[in-house]
Amino acid sequence: MSAVPLEAVVRAEEGVVPVPDVAAPLGARARLLPALGAVYRAQLSRARVARIPLLFVATFQSVGIMILMRGVVDGGGEAHAVVAGSSVLVVAFVALNLLAQYFGQLRGDGGLDHYATLPVPPAAVVLGAAAAYASFTVPGTIVTAVVGCGLFGLPLTHLWVLAAVIPLSGAALAGLGAALGLLAPRPELATLLGQMGMSAALLLGVLPADRMPEFLQYARDLLPSTYGVEALARTFAPDPDWGVVLLDLAVCAGVGVVSLAVATWAYRRAAVR
Amino acid sequence: MRDLVKVYPAARGRRGRPATPEVRASDGLGIEVGRGEIFGLLGPNGAGKSTLVRQLTGLMRPDSGSVHVLGHDIVRHPERAARLLAYLGQESTALDELTVSLAVETTARLRGLETARARAERDDVMDELGLTALASRPLKKLSGGQRRLACFATALVGERRLLVLDEPTTGMDPVARRAVWGAVDRRRAERGTTVLLVTHNVIEAETVLDRVAVLDHGRVIACDTPSGLKEQVAGEVRVELVWRERAPVDVPEVAALRSSAVESGRKWTLRLAPEEARAAVAAVTGGGAFAALDDFTLATPSLEDVYLALGGRGGDGLVKA
Repeated sequence: MSAVPLEAVVRAEEGVVPVPDVAAPLGARARLLPALGAVYRAQLSRARVARIPLLFVATFQSVGIMILMRGVVDGGGEAHAVVAGSSVLVVAFVALNLLAQYFGQLRGDGGLDHYATLPVPPAAVVLGAAAAYASFTVPGTIVTAVVGCGLFGLPLTHLWVLAAVIPLSGAALAGLGAALGLLAPRPELATLLGQMGMSAALLLGVLPADRMPEFLQYARDLLPSTYGVEALARTFAPDPDWGVVLLDLAVCAGVGVVSLAVATWAYRRAAVR
Repeated sequence: MRDLVKVYPAARGRRGRPATPEVRASDGLGIEVGRGEIFGLLGPNGAGKSTLVRQLTGLMRPDSGSVHVLGHDIVRHPERAARLLAYLGQESTALDELTVSLAVETTARLRGLETARARAERDDVMDELGLTALASRPLKKLSGGQRRLACFATALVGERRLLVLDEPTTGMDPVARRAVWGAVDRRRAERGTTVLLVTHNVIEAETVLDRVAVLDHGRVIACDTPSGLKEQVAGEVRVELVWRERAPVDVPEVAALRSSAVESGRKWTLRLAPEEARAAVAAVTGGGAFAALDDFTLATPSLEDVYLALGGRGGDGLVKA
């Protein structure tokens, strides 16, 4: 049945009077910040249902690595790198790996349709989820850093720098994780990419850099978590060079902005196919 | 009721994957839905229902053709779809780990409501659907029907004038179904809400829909009121025969029926003219066939018969497209 006779039928039933095609008023649109807040709150509440066990895994993994490395590393700069690397690894595990898996799964089974059919700015969905995942990492990262300082006899004095390291490296890694999850054509691939990203953060972040072959050192420079690790590691020194710490954190922030922008673009692309 | 919700998608070769031949999921189809109407899309899997809905909700762009929702051009402004309609998809993964109450509230906030208003609407809708007792349970821990009802609640908050519901009552018990259709009816009566329903459940379609379009291979092969559609197969009677173990095909009358029967296990379904049906029943209830017969039913056609006649056999049914 083509459109024309059908239209005729309907119009005939309505009494032939042509109906003016008056556009209905558009419903409200969610503004960026309230929507971001709503997504953040909803994502955060998921931790209660789904994420707690994995947060423990992330922390245990990092503490375990530090215990292992205690036999290899005798202290000094290498110990700083191990503790800082293990702490940031918690961020990589949750923000990069788990967020990549989450978005990969959401994209794979049509869950994104829910957000895509709501009048929400794409940035609100991506930033809300990324912020929530970065928040999930806070307890694990702090526990790991404190335990690490205890294990290697490092000062707790400057651990407050975690207040900058977690959100900034969280932004960079969560943006990367979200982008990977949203761009991966299949959920399994998103899981794979997330796992590989985390393995890279483990190998390149935790192992002391000066023992690596040269090409791995370049790879290390490309990984956004490295700058979070370096920033934290420098603060364990007796007299930290705050300028370099700030520079490292600035790199994290820059990568965070770029990766979150890419993730937002990836979300748009994944939502409307 | 004015026919201002218009859908004229005509998409060609949607998302043809390299390995599969081009699929015309929407093959020049046109549907017009009146405001305040409860309109159904019926059709077998792969008929193009979901593709049509994705184009209507702005999730997919048609290759050609136009989609108008409440006077807005959705092909040109896909982002407007979210401000005009509420969509209930089949997947709930985005909400699964939230509590019912938070899922509804978050969705309301993402439809642009202020916090206080979102909470008030959340409470009203949950009360209306009888979900209040489940408010603090995560969707994941609910039964299929309860989860579906919670998702339906998220489609109601934020008051959209068009509801696009993809199999909303799957897995629901009768109480929940009644809550859903009660809520739909109230919105239609009070605000003139239009509903586009995708369904497989023909019994439900028969009772709730004003009009129904039957889709097959991306085309509308019939579009009428449920009773209008039933008239198209009114000359037929459905005969169902259930055999005890297997059909006695050695009886000539039974062997003759076999060619027009749809067999599923021990059950044969036949659609016959009334005289033929009478003869068939006489043949199987008398003589040698009766010993092999477990049960038989005779019924006037339902929408299910129309559905099977039109779509279930690949479109070579009773109505010429």
